[in-house]
Amino acid sequence: MTEFFKKLAGIDRRIIYLTVFLATAIPILTKKTMKIEPLPEVKKAYEYIESLPESSIVMVSIDYDAASMPELQPMLETFLHHAFRKNLKVIMLGHWALGLPLGQQALEDIAKKYNKIYGIDYVFLGYRPGVAAVIINMGKDIKSVFSSDYKYTPIDSLPIMRSVKNYKDIKLLFGLEAGAVGDAWIQYGYARYNLPIILGTTAVMTPDYYPYMQANQVVSVIGGLRGAADYETLVGIPGQASIGMLAQSVIHLVIIAFIIIGNIGFLVLRRAKK
Amino acid sequence: MSNIIWTWVAAFFTLAILSFLYKDNPFYKFAEHVYVGSSAAFMVLYVWVFDAYPKLVMGFTEKVGVQRYLLVIPLILSLFILLRFVKPLSWLSVWSISFTVGMAAGLGITGLTQGFLVPQVQASMLPLFVKGSTVGETILYTFNNLIIVFGTLFTILYFYFSREHKGVLGVSSKVGITILMITFGASFGYTIMARISLLIGRIYFLLHNWLRLV
Repeated sequence: MTEFFKKLAGIDRRIIYLTVFLATAIPILTKKTMKIEPLPEVKKAYEYIESLPESSIVMVSIDYDAASMPELQPMLETFLHHAFRKNLKVIMLGHWALGLPLGQQALEDIAKKYNKIYGIDYVFLGYRPGVAAVIINMGKDIKSVFSSDYKYTPIDSLPIMRSVKNYKDIKLLFGLEAGAVGDAWIQYGYARYNLPIILGTTAVMTPDYYPYMQANQVVSVIGGLRGAADYETLVGIPGQASIGMLAQSVIHLVIIAFIIIGNIGFLVLRRAKK
Repeated sequence: MSNIIWTWVAAFFTLAILSFLYKDNPFYKFAEHVYVGSSAAFMVLYVWVFDAYPKLVMGFTEKVGVQRYLLVIPLILSLFILLRFVKPLSWLSVWSISFTVGMAAGLGITGLTQGFLVPQVQASMLPLFVKGSTVGETILYTFNNLIIVFGTLFTILYFYFSREHKGVLGVSSKVGITILMITFGASFGYTIMARISLLIGRIYFLLHNWLRLV
């Protein structure tokens, strides 16, 4: 027994990497999905969006980049399907310059599927640096920050923007957060202007945003790949997040097995040393 | 066609980065340098295209009167920042930095107080007994509130260092550190989930977009 654990303690870390790789790849290759029971907070987010009247204006903030794409891109795509299916009008902007093309591409692709017209049903404002200053000033007048869209078209000439002055005209902010911009949306957008907020967050950030939900400062939080899969299930468009959940579950079991074996090995070797 | 080329480029960079798990190698180093270089270049372009050009350059041509002359202030502050590279005048960059730091601190204080501290303190002041529609609900809601109220108090007590942690204070701070450990454990669990999600994303890309096996 001791010999076995001695050998195990000296195992090449690359074998562990290979095991993790296989435990992730094999479930994906099987193309099987697992039954997903959506979390209450994701249901709350879904129901809030469902309750918005047709033609309501929603704002999407792209606050992530390619490093968080596997978790947040499925949330964004599902939200855009949800919004366009409900005939909501979408204004997209972002605080992470490197992530904005991901948002723009998804917006254009999904808008095309629903025959939505740029400038009438959706608009892409682009990027302004400054986060807090940008959020505060948009609460007073969006035009003071974005006088034109990303193609330098004056926003007055876009029909969708004619009925929008500030957050009073925005029914929801859907923020996709891989960092602290979500805090800024809450601390300035909600606290100063009562902007209703739903945050889609990476799993790393999710525990940081739950206190805001507890304090009713956000409508809800959709967290990590699990949250994305829940949201896909509720909207009825299973995508990459739903496919990834089986791999997520298998790999978690593998990691738990590693932790248990590692701890048993540690105890056995410590006893043998004594 | 261009789609296929870019998928192969992305697959190459994914494999090059993952190859670090085997050992450090020139492919990994190449991918890392390309990533850092292209990200920096992209950021500079984005700030120019989405900020400096429309707000400053176009602003000078479109705005009139005082509003036009006000644009001189950010222009000067931007130039001061660049003077960091000119040694005799590099002290001028401190003005721009002072402006940025001052603005961020001012906004941060009001934001944190109004948007975090006060609402979070309010959310922690909960009734210690909640009557639900069933006995089960009453127990559940009451238990939940007790955890939030006493969990917050005991955790704060753990950071009270003016007295030795003995007796009642010792027990309370032990409960506090236990709550902190549970919190860190939950955060760590979420972090594992996040990192695995990234791996799933890359493997899905390789199997789906590149090899077309899924």
